[in-house]
Amino acid sequence: MKAPPFDYHRPASLRDALLLLKQPDARILAGGQSLVPMLNFRLLAPQHLVDLSQIDQLQTCVITSEKIRIGAMKSQRELENSAELARVAPIFPEAIRQIGHRQTRNRGTIGGSLCHLDPSAELPTLALLHDAIFEIASTEGVRHASAQDFILGAMNPALEEGEILTHVEMPVWRPGHGFAFLEHARRAGDFALASAGILVAVDSDGRIARLAICIGGLGDRPIRLAAAESELIGAMPGKDMFDRAAAHIAALPAEGSIHASAAYKRRIAETLLKRALETACARAAHMVSVA
Amino acid sequence: MMKQISINVNGVTHTRSVEPRVSLGDFLRHEIGLTGTHFGCEHGVCGACTILVNGVSMRSCLMFAVQADGCKVETVEGLSHAGAPLHPLQQAFRDQHALQCGFCTPGMLMTLIELLSETNNPTEEEVRDAISGNICRCTGYQPIVEAAMQAAKAMREEKV
Ligand code: FES
Ligand code: FES
Repeated sequence: MKAPPFDYHRPASLRDALLLLKQPDARILAGGQSLVPMLNFRLLAPQHLVDLSQIDQLQTCVITSEKIRIGAMKSQRELENSAELARVAPIFPEAIRQIGHRQTRNRGTIGGSLCHLDPSAELPTLALLHDAIFEIASTEGVRHASAQDFILGAMNPALEEGEILTHVEMPVWRPGHGFAFLEHARRAGDFALASAGILVAVDSDGRIARLAICIGGLGDRPIRLAAAESELIGAMPGKDMFDRAAAHIAALPAEGSIHASAAYKRRIAETLLKRALETACARAAHMVSVA
Repeated sequence: MMKQISINVNGVTHTRSVEPRVSLGDFLRHEIGLTGTHFGCEHGVCGACTILVNGVSMRSCLMFAVQADGCKVETVEGLSHAGAPLHPLQQAFRDQHALQCGFCTPGMLMTLIELLSETNNPTEEEVRDAISGNICRCTGYQPIVEAAMQAAKAMREEKV
């Protein structure tokens, strides 16, 4: 259970990191909370590890009432505890609290999770829910990819050799939006069997004005329920609406495992979705009545 | 390729040449001889190896020693010294029978030290959440939670 030998590099600038990544069989080391177990199990044996922890540029965070821009090396725990982030996008602390445990959140980064892409991970689900744009650097320059285009499947980010995810940018929903992030795992902190993230805005009558639904953990990647989102515009929150949303789960691809069959995972996802919608709509309605 | 690193452990700076693949936990145990930090799983699921790096709890099996170059590390050995009274948290573990075999104890203590540095008045639920990444096969957790509550109270009273 010891990692295989490798050469270690800790560049101080993004430029140096990009050059170091050009070496044969080089890999990025972010927080290491998924990579190091894989090394210890000898599932991987890279020749070079390029540690991004000393690159200030990857730690920058800009949070305004219009957008959130987060450096890839921000730790999950810093985001969990950020009062600024909680104010404009309160779903972040709610979702991040459900990632692993405090010791792994202290070290795990947002960029690491978004590039590792475990299908049940919270941050990819959150990024897709929030229409995140991924900013990717290489020695050739900078390019951008939508969450939809970046998340190609389990452990399969749309990154070419030599590229580094540097930032993720997300538009902020209007103040007073409703939100909820729920997941179910066999034990606290375990990989979730399924998860549901909701963002919702209601109009002055309390009807759905805007809705985003993202389900994680079922298949090889999180998935947006685009059909349900458009179908439910104008609907009144309530049991009927929650059931209509949950009916869309049956059509989603799901993969069973020794812990849960595909059918069971879908059942969990339906229940989580209904509960999350109820919570999110109640929070949004509450904000309307206060305003 | 060996790398020269300096790490401050419990107030003392140690400079060594290490292979990059050596975990921080192995560095503490084998290079510095501090065997209080335990390895249960070496892949980040048991929490026995929890230590503080720059005041923040981390799993020392999921970090290489080279990554901690220039950092301040705290381990269970730093909580109290031979002959001196136990740290209030250690005393509480003793009073509440919060350990049997003791294998999980260093990780439990260091995790709870971080929690108690954030709040000296945690709820039971916060304590349970904090130690949710630390596995204990002996106690059933209840005495550990009680010890954390006792320590928080003791630390509150000490302050006044
Ligand atoms: S030995 Fe590090 S978490 Fe188990
Ligand atoms: S006291 Fe034995 S594992 Fe916790």
